[in-house]
Amino acid sequence: MNWADQILQGVLLGAYYALIACGLSFLFGVMRIINLAHGSIAVLAAYLVLSATERWGISPFVALLLVLPVMAAAGWLLQRTVFERSLRSGPLTPILSTFGLAVVIDNLLFQKFGADSQSLAPNIGDFAFNSWTIFGGVRIGQLSLLTLVVAVALLGGLQLFLTHTPLGRSIRATAEDADTAELVGIDARKVYAAATAIALVTVAIAGAFLAMRATVSPYTGSSQLLFAFEAVVIGGAGSLWGTLIGGIVLGVAQNIGSQINPQGFLIGGHLVFLAVLGARLLIVSRA
Amino acid sequence: MSDPSVITVQRWNPVSLTATGAVLALLVVLAFGPYFLGANLTDRVTTLFVYVILAAMWNALAGYGGQVSIGQQAFFGLGAYAAIRLSHAGVEVYAALVIAPLLVGILSLPLSAFALRLRGGEFAIGMWVIAELAHLLVNLDGLIQGETGTSLIAISAFDPDTRRAFNYWLALAVMTLLVGLVFVLLRSRMGASIQAIRDNEEAAASVGVRVLATKRVIFVLAAIGCAAAGSLTLATLISFQPRTYFSVQWTAYMIFMTLVGGLGTFEGPIIGAVIFFAVETIFGASGVWYLVGLGASALLFSLFLPRGIWGTLTDRFGIQLMPVGYRLRFPAGAGQEKASS
Repeated sequence: MNWADQILQGVLLGAYYALIACGLSFLFGVMRIINLAHGSIAVLAAYLVLSATERWGISPFVALLLVLPVMAAAGWLLQRTVFERSLRSGPLTPILSTFGLAVVIDNLLFQKFGADSQSLAPNIGDFAFNSWTIFGGVRIGQLSLLTLVVAVALLGGLQLFLTHTPLGRSIRATAEDADTAELVGIDARKVYAAATAIALVTVAIAGAFLAMRATVSPYTGSSQLLFAFEAVVIGGAGSLWGTLIGGIVLGVAQNIGSQINPQGFLIGGHLVFLAVLGARLLIVSRA
Repeated sequence: MSDPSVITVQRWNPVSLTATGAVLALLVVLAFGPYFLGANLTDRVTTLFVYVILAAMWNALAGYGGQVSIGQQAFFGLGAYAAIRLSHAGVEVYAALVIAPLLVGILSLPLSAFALRLRGGEFAIGMWVIAELAHLLVNLDGLIQGETGTSLIAISAFDPDTRRAFNYWLALAVMTLLVGLVFVLLRSRMGASIQAIRDNEEAAASVGVRVLATKRVIFVLAAIGCAAAGSLTLATLISFQPRTYFSVQWTAYMIFMTLVGGLGTFEGPIIGAVIFFAVETIFGASGVWYLVGLGASALLFSLFLPRGIWGTLTDRFGIQLMPVGYRLRFPAGAGQEKASS
């Protein structure tokens, strides 16, 4: 057993969690919506990439590029059909409607693709398992490193987009106060639709990486939602860089947990999540 | 003749008196169920009672407490697990089935101190994480043998017919008790607090409603109720596989029943449970499409009919079968009767 290796693998796993959490964190920051269908949508995107890869015999990365605009359109549609109405009917409705949507997506995926788990790993050849040894037996996988690079680029890119582009500024203004933003000529409806489209693009990227690094099956959406949510909460809701830290903390906690007990992987993650949440509540109630 | 200018406050009216009488009569008839229903139907109606419990408890938490939980399967699973553990420790099996939910209720008290400080989506998914953790921890217990599971062996001491009748009566009694408790709670001083919190938490707190204490009562009641549903399900299924009991599916069912029947109404979840029971009986065999339909119904009801079937009917016609609220009765000529719940 090598602790340095375990922690490094935890950090790399955490990069995937940051990737999947990115869209959840972004939507929460902009619309105060926690999308319970988030994990199911990631799995749906993974299946779209899988289908395109198999049907046309193309590289999964090319397939992902084709899926991205589809998911952006789906995001726009999601905002117009579900989120908009949910947001108008009070704080409980988005939870209920997106949970219903998750049940629909999961079972439709099961209907279409069956219970067998599938993976993109065979389609990316050696890249799925090649790794470099850096020191003392510590390995760094090529795919894991790419995941980390993509996660940092995506979170950083979103941050830059929010601070330096007109649409980014509109999104921030609407997130701050939608009514006031409308007074200065921002169409909140359009901004929300754009934000949801962006969120679903990030979800699609995360879904593709999930299928490359592991397997997906129709009911894996809920566990992906929980990981994403844990990363967001650990890192501080609504903060994009916090989400990266949150993902890494979660990944390291899971890897350490698995060293303590064979079943400790998930338990370790959940416990760290609850501990961070408890500590935060304690600080809030003291203040 | 009464003074025509006096507006009276009334709780009972002919409709609610008749309805309450009919419900009591129905309960008396149901009490004799095992004598006339036949084996298969007795089992099915027991399941219906469990659904009513689940719907009423989820509605108490979400519809009145304003807390949407996606993790009530935690208590459902723990209720069954506690019954297995108690029975294994030598407690008489039906006593174990009754004590188990109370133990889960005690466990839910410290949990509430944590969970009730979470809001909205955080509470919803936070409870889900707690359910996952409870599932993983139960799997660590050697007695359960991980996902292989175990059985409530002691209940096999009763012959199938006796067991079936006992399960039925226990489910009927627990359902009547729990739904009755919600009824009494809503009519009490706390009922006014509960409904004030449902309508606006900050405003309720500002007029002196003890928000956290009130929510805690509902949280613990819902925990006990879901645990009782879990232990009753164990009594009928006998086998205990953690994955089945800690499945989020149970919460999906609760959400479906409550949303379709009417979130935040007393009668709605009961009607929703009957609808779910009928839908399951008719379409349950169609598997995946049935589940797609349940999810789609939850989605559509939450968006387009948020008060559910019963809530929409009461809003439109001002009927209320069970007298959980008060009504203002205006003198003749001064306008219609107005319901205020």
